[in-house]
This record gives sequence, C-alpha cells and structure tokens, in this order.
Amino acid sequence: MSADVPGLLLPAVPLLAGLIGLLLPPGDGDGARRRLAAGIGVAGAGVALVLAVLAGIAPMTGADAVGNGIDLATFGSLTVGLTPFVDAAAAYVAVAVALVALFVQIYSIAYLHDDPRYAPYAAQVSLFTGAMLLVVTSGDLIVMLIGWEVMGACSYLLIGHDRRLPEAPAAAVKAFLVTRVGDVGFLLGLAVLIAGADSTRLATVLTHDYSTTALTAALLLILAGVAGKSAQFPLHTWLPDAMAGPTPISALIHAATMVAAGVYVVFRLYPLYQQSPAALATLAVMAAITILIGALSATAQDDLKRVLAWSTVSQIGYMTGALAVGSPAAALFHLLTHAAFKALLFLAAGAVIHAVGTNLLSRMGGLRTHMPVTFWSFVIGLGALAGLPPLSGFWSKENVLTAAAHATEGGETAPAWAAWLVWLAALLSVGITAWYATRLLLRAFFGASRADGPPLTDGPPSAGGLDDARLHSPSWQVGFDDAGYHRPAEPHDPPALMRWPLILLAIPAALLGLAAFAPGFRTALELENPHLGVAVALPMLLLATGAGTAFWLWWAVPGADPATALGRARPFLAAGFRLDDVQHRFVVRPVQALARYVTAADTHIVDAAVMGTGAGTSRAGDALKEAHRLPLPAAAVAVCAAALLLGAIAWWGAVA
Amino acid sequence: MIHGEQALLLALLAVPALGAALVALIPATRDRQARIVATVFAAMTFLLSLAPLAYQGDMPRRWDQYTSGLEPWIDLDLPWVPALGLEFHLGVDGVSAPLIALTGLLTLLCCAYTIRKVPSGGAGRTLAALLLVLEVGVLGTFLALDLVLFFLFFEVVLLPMYAVIAGWGGPRRRAAARKFVLYTLAGSVLLLLGVLIVVARAGTGDLVDLTGSVQLTATTQQAVFALLAVAFAVKAPLWPLHTWLPDAHTEAPTVGSVILAGVLLKMGTYGLIRVGVGVAPLGAAWAAPALGILAVIAIVAGALICLRQTELKRLIAYSSVGHMGFVLLGIATLSITGIQAALVGNIAHGLITGLLFFLAGTIKDHTGTGSLNQLSGLRETAPRLAGLFGFAAVASLGLPGLAGFWGEAFAVVAAVQRGGPLWITLASIAAVGGALTAAYFLRLLRLLTHGPATPETHAMPPALSRTEWLAWTPLVLLTIAVGIVPALVLQGTFESLTTLLGARR
Repeated sequence: MSADVPGLLLPAVPLLAGLIGLLLPPGDGDGARRRLAAGIGVAGAGVALVLAVLAGIAPMTGADAVGNGIDLATFGSLTVGLTPFVDAAAAYVAVAVALVALFVQIYSIAYLHDDPRYAPYAAQVSLFTGAMLLVVTSGDLIVMLIGWEVMGACSYLLIGHDRRLPEAPAAAVKAFLVTRVGDVGFLLGLAVLIAGADSTRLATVLTHDYSTTALTAALLLILAGVAGKSAQFPLHTWLPDAMAGPTPISALIHAATMVAAGVYVVFRLYPLYQQSPAALATLAVMAAITILIGALSATAQDDLKRVLAWSTVSQIGYMTGALAVGSPAAALFHLLTHAAFKALLFLAAGAVIHAVGTNLLSRMGGLRTHMPVTFWSFVIGLGALAGLPPLSGFWSKENVLTAAAHATEGGETAPAWAAWLVWLAALLSVGITAWYATRLLLRAFFGASRADGPPLTDGPPSAGGLDDARLHSPSWQVGFDDAGYHRPAEPHDPPALMRWPLILLAIPAALLGLAAFAPGFRTALELENPHLGVAVALPMLLLATGAGTAFWLWWAVPGADPATALGRARPFLAAGFRLDDVQHRFVVRPVQALARYVTAADTHIVDAAVMGTGAGTSRAGDALKEAHRLPLPAAAVAVCAAALLLGAIAWWGAVA
Repeated sequence: MIHGEQALLLALLAVPALGAALVALIPATRDRQARIVATVFAAMTFLLSLAPLAYQGDMPRRWDQYTSGLEPWIDLDLPWVPALGLEFHLGVDGVSAPLIALTGLLTLLCCAYTIRKVPSGGAGRTLAALLLVLEVGVLGTFLALDLVLFFLFFEVVLLPMYAVIAGWGGPRRRAAARKFVLYTLAGSVLLLLGVLIVVARAGTGDLVDLTGSVQLTATTQQAVFALLAVAFAVKAPLWPLHTWLPDAHTEAPTVGSVILAGVLLKMGTYGLIRVGVGVAPLGAAWAAPALGILAVIAIVAGALICLRQTELKRLIAYSSVGHMGFVLLGIATLSITGIQAALVGNIAHGLITGLLFFLAGTIKDHTGTGSLNQLSGLRETAPRLAGLFGFAAVASLGLPGLAGFWGEAFAVVAAVQRGGPLWITLASIAAVGGALTAAYFLRLLRLLTHGPATPETHAMPPALSRTEWLAWTPLVLLTIAVGIVPALVLQGTFESLTTLLGARR
C-alpha cells in the first residue's frame, strides 16, 4: 500500500517547519538567526501553498479523493491512520489556509521586527497552519481531532505571546479553555460516531447507517465543539478577548484557521447532518443568535480590532446558518471569501495600529491621506464585509441569503421556522454590518486626527472588562503597542513586507466573488448558479440604510462617534451582551466552588479517615500498653479474672 | 537448560541486583564513581529491557486458536520450592514489554541525574543503589508469571522506596514515608490474602495456567478480584485510596518522585490487568461498573482538587490521580480498545509525569520553594525551562499529537463502545474531566510562567545544565514519538490482550 504523498505532505511540511523552528535557540541572537526563523516559516507556508494549489488545480472527487495513508495505531478493532482526504473543497480551503498563512508569515517579519521572541512565534504560526491543514485534509476522525486540538494549543501560545500585555495570559487561557469545553462534546460526538461505525475513517462513518438517536446525539455533541472553535453562541466569548494576540495572529485565527475549522468539520460531516433535522435546527438557532450578537456587539466597540473580531463572530454565523439551511456550498463559499477579506482587514488593521500606536478608534481619524494603501485595503475589505457589490462578500452573502430564503419554503432537512430565523437574522445583520463598517471607515480614515485630542470625549468607549482594565492603567492608554512600535511623527503606509500582503490580499477580497461564475469552481463546490433577481433588492436596501445612517450620524455632528446614538445600550453591547458575566457566574464560579468542596472533602473526610485509622490504632495500642502497666494488686485481680474466664470457657466447651 | 532469550530474563533481574550490591560496597570516598557505576549498570539494564520488544509474537491468530490465556514471548520456568508448588516463572508479553522498557529508561535517567545532583539527606551512592534495588523489584513484578513470585517482587519495592523518601526527602519526609509504607502495606495484606486464596483453590500459582481461570468458581473469583482490586487500587492509586500519594510525592526527592509516578504506580494498573482481569475474569466483569465509577470519580475529583492546589509537586501528584483514573476507566471497560488505551496511558503518564516531576524538582531545588504563590514569571528568568514545563503540561492535559492523548481519548471511546446508560454517562463525565484537566494545567502555567518574575524565580539559572538536557531530552522525544505513533507501545499488545480477554468469552 503506497501512501498518498502529496496529501500527507500538505499538513506535514508546515508542522515540521514548526517543530524545527521551535528548536532554534531562544533570544533574538543576531540577524542571521532571525532570518533563519523567518525563512523556515515562510518556506513551510510556501510549500504548503504550492501543494494545495496543485491539489486544487486537478481536484479529485468521490472515492479518488481518499488517499492511502500510514497507520498510526490499532486500538482493538479501530485503526487510526493518517489518511488524506483531499477533494476539491478540501483543496480550496487548503489554498486559502496556506495563502493567508504565507502572507501572515511575511507580514510578521516586519510587524515583529524587534520582538526578541520572534523565532518561537514564527514556529508556532507554522504549527498552527499545519494543524489546520491536518483538519482540512484528514480522512480520519481521530487525526482530525489531533489537528483540531493542536490548533487550540497554538492559539493559546500565540494569543499569550505578548508579555507586556497584562490581559494576554488571561485571554490565552480563555481561548484554550472555552474551546476545550466545546471539545468535550466534540470528542464524545466523535466517539459515538466511531463506536457506531466501528471505524475512525471518515469515508466509513459518512456511509454508516446510524440509529436516529445515536446520530442526533453525536451531531449535537459535535456542534458543541464547533461552537467552541468557530466562536458560535454560547461559546464565542473567547474570540473578542483573543485580540490580545499580535494582529497578524488575529488575521490567522479569524480568516483561515481555527474559526473556519468548525464550519469545515460540519461541511465534512454534512451527509450525516442532512439526516438530522434536530441537529440542523439547533445549528440554525445558534447561527441566528450568533449573527445578531456579533453584529450588534460590533457596533459599540471603540477598539478597531474588537470591531473586526465581533464581525468575525457574525460572519461565521452566516456560514453556520448556510449549513443549517441546507447549503454547505454557500457556507464554504462564504468561508473562502471571508478568509480573503478578513485577512486583508486584520493585516490592514495591523498597519493602522503600527502607524498610530493605538487600537482605539477614538484616537484615530484622518488617516486616509497619510496611508492610501491601507485606506484602500480597508475600503475593499469593509465593502466585502458589508456585502457591497461587486466585491467578494456580496456574492457569497447573497448565496447564503438565497439559500435561507429558499429553505423557508420548506422541503429542506431543517424545519422552515429555523430557515426563517436564519434568513431574518442574516438580512437584518446586513444593515447592521453596513452600519458598523461605515462607522469604522469614517472614524479611522476621515475627519480630523484625534491622535492628540482630548481623551475619549464621546462617552465610554467600551465597557468590556478587559477594556476597562486597559483604559484605567495609563500605560495602556495608547493601545496595544503590540510590536513595540513607537508612534511615528506622521502616520504612513507600512513597509514593503507588510504592504505587499495587503495589496495581494485585496485582489481575492475584491474579485473572489466572481469565481461563482467560473464553472469549474462552481461545480466543484456544487454551488448554485449566481442569479441576481429582485431578491437582491432587499439586502441592498438594508445595506444602503445602514451605511447611510452611519454616515448621517457622523456627518451631522462633526467629530462625534456614530456609536453615541446607541445611547444607554452602548455599554451593554460593547460588553458583548454581558455574556462573559453570565459565563463567569454560571460556569466558572460553580466549578470553583465545587473544587473548594471536593478539596475540603478530600482533606477532611477521605484523608481524615486514613489518618484517623492510624491514630485510632496508635490509641488502641496505647490503651493496651497501659493495661499492661497496672499496679500489682489490680494486675493480680486481672490475672485471676482471666483464669476464671478461661476456666469457664473450658468448662462450657466440655459440657457442650 | 536455559536458552539465550531466557537468560535475558534472568539478566534483567541479575544486572541491577549485582549493580546495587557493587555500588553499596564502594567506599564513601568514591561516592561519585559509585554513582557512575550505578549509571553504567542502569544503562546495561536499559539495553536489556529493550530486548524483549524484539521477541514479539508470530502472525496473528484467532483468539480460540490460543492454547492458553497467556502466551509469553519469552518463557523461563524454573522450580524453586517444589514442596510448596512455587516456581521461579518469568515471562514477557505485549502487556509487560513496554512497561519493562519504561522502567529501564526511567531508572537510567534517574541514575544519570544522580551523578550530578544528589539531594541532601544521605550519600549519593546509597541512593543510586536503592534505585537499582527498586528496579529489581519493579522489573520482577512485571516479569513474574507466578503469583507468589509476583507478590514477593511487589513487596520488594516497598522498603527501598520508603528509604528513598525518608532518607532524601523534604522537611516532612518521615511522616510521608511512614504513611506511604503503612498504607501500601495494608494493601499488600489483601493482595497476599487474594494470592493465597487463588493458590489454595486452584492448586497452582502459575499465571499461564491461571489466566482465564477455569479452576475458580464465580464466587471465588469475585472475592479474589475484590481483594486484589483494593490492593492494586492502593498502589495505582484509585480514589478514595489515594491520599498517601500527595504526601509521598511532595516530600520525596526528585528522582524518588519520578520513579514513584513513572513506574511504581504502574505496578497497580499492571497487576489489575495481569492478575485481576487475568485470574478472576468473572470477578472483573462483576466489579467493572464499580471500578468504572470510581475511576471517573478519580478523574473529576483529581482535577477539581488540582484547581485548588498551591504546591507544585502536590498538584502534579493529584494530577496523577486523575490520569490513573483514565487508565482504570480503560481497564474497567474490559475491552481490547479500553485496555490498550490503559496500556498506552500508563506509558504516557510515566513519560510525561516523570518529566513534570523532574522539572518541578529543578524549580524547587533552585528557588527553594514549591509554593505557586511565590513562583511566577518563570518564562522571564528561565525561558527554556518554562518552555519545557509548558510542553509537559500541555502533554499532560492530553493534547492530541502527544503521548497523553491516546490513553484518555480511547478510554472514552472504549466506554462509549461498551454502550448502555452507565458507560455513556461515565464516558461523558470522563470527557468533562478532560476539560477540567486543561483548566488546572492552564491555571498552573499562568501562575508559574506568566506574570512578573518574583525574587524566587530570579534564582533560576537562565539555561539548562547538561545533566538536565541529558535526563529530559529522551522523555520529550518519546512523548512526541508515542504521541505521533502510539503503535510504538501498542505493537504486540493486541495479541496478548486478545488471549487475555478471549479467555473470558
């Protein structure tokens, strides 16, 4: 059995690059060591990109996509193997992952140019990329789980990278832990699927005939893991805090890896999901709530990256929504366009932060003339995010909306009410997205610069717990400063290594939507023909209303934040509906209390019983010892009594 | 006549025993040389301990084609006390071979570590000699195929370990050592009772004859399994018989903790598989639900207690309770998948927790404290050590791709496979325990490595010494290797377990 080498190499190359990179000696050393670390990182992502493109040019279908692999272990009747499963969808996602990873690696060289811990950072990015590619290309559920969780660990390391940020360690722990809680369900769900089919192979599992109960239970459990990784309600709370990571990492996590993994796994298991209305209805509810929470929370943020983070939550909701209403193709299409425009937005945000030394929109303004490349990147990125035709996001979002509208007529696996829910949430959110995208653009790039203006005049910029901590400590007034930049006298476009990734990412962000017209791509994804009917009018109207309102609010009162219009709802929205508090009260604190009780019980009951036995034995020994030290008369009495007793027993024994 | 491969089994016991005797005889003035000699003997034993892996079985057969429930790859059967039916019966199969190699490796690493670092309290050569004596006992336990012989070796381990804790341990070492020895001795009494019942009822102590036990009635098997399970549960340890472990670990010297966690605990789980499930299969089936419930309680309770710990070594000790819970859950499923998960979990725990105790010991040696309130910012002062600690912690929380994953994930899979409301519930709770494990390890890392450096952590040297690299690199590499290719451990276990469990059908 010969192994399918390219399919195996695709994740293996970046993983190896990561492992080698981690072995490099710590510290910055000299330029040579840095260049070596950068070279390994870029090479790993580059080779992966070439392999992914090769796989994407001539995509395989059906059974051909399942390559031969290497067996890792046999547990009873279960054989776990590195079995590649690279069909067209996997290849396209792999291209997106590798492309974004490559740009992130290149961009990071400049962004972290004076960070002494650049080498492990680059290595961890490689590991992260490899882990995601493992999820994407694996034809074995257990191997998929390996990639899935390694990503969680890498996100932990990378979010906690910046040692000067007091909130970074907490955010890192939160990201790992919240996703890990979801993974409890994920592991159990996979276990049910594996136990049912008696195989860990994806191909076998997908064709196995499960009982309805087992299938629904397994799929719902897997959804818990998906909610964790893809930041879906109620496990989305880690994502906004994950902004404590360096900005290129945000691009990596939000665009192509991690959050995309959950959507991708549902896509992979879709033949099973299609059999379970309950699972799809749950997914639809989750998606609808997530879309709205994400979009509404994004309106109130003052931190540039947090606006983008919440927008990711919302956009991933569109993808899960598309899955719920029976259109995995639309979900995957939106995943791909989102990867392009969200990577572009985050890398451009990094350029802004690099230029002005702050994350806070209230400290920006007027950057358009100084940073034309960044400005146009933002225009394209935000336009695509809002769904402005003819940018990529327009086409993919349109697909999602069409699929949802179609499903409201019934006939799909998901119930019609669930489709209505998704459709309404998605539609409403088009307007909200346009609103916050316009606000972001206007606040950052237009008007007068507020870099040296009075501090934070227009109300509380944000009421999130983390923001509070940052705002109250003077050293964080100027924002993340996450690559150690000093604020330049004049904001300017970033250096070439950061600029070119922006320019190159702008192309797919703008044009990828037109791929829906490319027959090869469309058939490979089983995407429906693009059609622009009257149905487009409604979202376009909402888009115009949203953008128009934001513009009007900004224009009416010069220098004011359109978000002040939110009034008293603003702190609530800025804190993401206070779900962090809910989570703290109903999960964290009960667990802590339980831990206290169990520890007390362990000491005062379990161990006390042991020690008590020991002490009791000693006391009994002491008592007996004392008994042997009786004074002579008492001892004589005792001996006589004992003799009598023995005699009585002997007599009784003789009689009986 | 003894063949070459049979001589191997004898050598596995003779070499460390000889080494211990030789090292003990070397005068005090040659202490360092004595430790080097001990390391040489440990190295030879390690090489010998790898050899059985080469002898694994022939082509797979169907389970009913086996003549016995236990078919050792190498078999050595010498009469010892014929009047009592006692045999000196040694053997290796897939269940014991990986544990034998692990024992050889960890003893070697500990001896090598002792060349440079002798904990205060006694002579280094005595410690090294005791480590070799321990190795004899542990290897003997894993090799013995006669119940009485098994019991003898099981007991041989006790006193050297007591001496190691009491002689080279921390400030409260006497109490901890006493608790350890009395607690495990109490377990041994039950073990002896169980062994004697089996020998009396079946008329033989030979495990090859006894495995799959047709000689014992169901009631006897239940009684025997109950006795043995309690004895092994003390050793493993299984909740609620675990409270000797945190004290022993907290007070034991670094090498003592490594051997204790890495090897000694495995005697309990090994005994449960080999003797418990092997000799009393009906008893095992009868007790499996109870064992599974206790194992899951151990997982959750261990993790919750870890969330509250403020002492580094104590926390790692309690984490062992949780990890051994996963191992016992695997055994309790009584399926090949589950017991294989237990075997790989055993090895993984030996590697990872061994590494964690090495690292914790170094931190404690340099900073003089194990209190997490005084340790923070380790990645500022000792980045390499912090990185390694992070690696070990992440491995210990069961990150896929590293050794710890397979045992835990497949214990859950095996419980789900077993099916039924009880086992599904147990699997679910165990999986939640996995998340709690992540919680306490992340809390530990946050306290220990992040944040500003305290004066105590400034005492850490920024780089690692050569001895430390030497002792730790094999553990790191094996953690990765077993994580990627668990077949390294599982190769050959399928055969042995098919026979072991096949006899039950």
